[in-house]
Amino acid sequence: MNLIRYQAPDSAPWSTLDRWSSLRDELNSFLDMPFWSGFGRTGQLFTGWSPALDLYETGDHFVAVVELPGMRKEDIDISLHDGALTISGERKRESTNGETAQRSERYVGTFRRSIALPTRVDATKVSATYQEGILKVTLPKAEEAKPKQIQVS
Amino acid sequence: MNSLTRETREADRGQAEQFVMPPASVTEIADGYMLEIEMPGVKKDGLDISVENNELTVIGRRSLPAVEGTPIHRESRPEDFRRMFEIDPSIDADKISAKIDQGLLTLTLPKAEHVKPRKIAVS
Repeated sequence: MNLIRYQAPDSAPWSTLDRWSSLRDELNSFLDMPFWSGFGRTGQLFTGWSPALDLYETGDHFVAVVELPGMRKEDIDISLHDGALTISGERKRESTNGETAQRSERYVGTFRRSIALPTRVDATKVSATYQEGILKVTLPKAEEAKPKQIQVS
Repeated sequence: MNSLTRETREADRGQAEQFVMPPASVTEIADGYMLEIEMPGVKKDGLDISVENNELTVIGRRSLPAVEGTPIHRESRPEDFRRMFEIDPSIDADKISAKIDQGLLTLTLPKAEHVKPRKIAVS
């Protein structure tokens, strides 16, 4: 999934989108070749939406922070499976009555991000907030995964 | 003609402050344009929208949630957002309005009265 989002850390911020649009154009022209013509949807693999995800760790919990601007809370799904956190959802196209798009860089459609958690978490105590377009998921570690203090007697 | 979308990007170079260019969409609506810019982590107070010499500049300063703990995986960028557009002369700069909801900034840019199509009744 990182295929789409990866940015070389030393690249200047203002050039980032330029580089991506030219890469995307190259991929699109590649996909336009006759061999691919029967696989119209293949292009989705390369143009999908891969929201930025950060993960933080403290002694007793993890916090995942995902940038999801302009979503509705109801359209975001959070799930835990086999030690991996998955955040998925769909951004729906607003009604387009008599409107003409002149430029659309904003991705509309579904997305899915997964990240393996380094230790087990207590699935029953996971909580999440969504503010200013940022989803914050707090995942308390399972009892056995918390650091233990051992007293010297 | 008719396009709000010409971008001015060169001005970014050589300035000390660094910005990220957020994704934007431009839609032509009934009597003007709608411009949407993705600015996750930006609140109303963090926005700075200005028009000068037909150039619209939008700056969004992020107030990211404080998260305790050690970052063990990071993809987000800490820089603030900036995007510039050259606006079409048909737009009435005094009537531009803006709102931000869940990190999505929506600007409405109405056309000036004198350029709107007018129906002329035959008497």
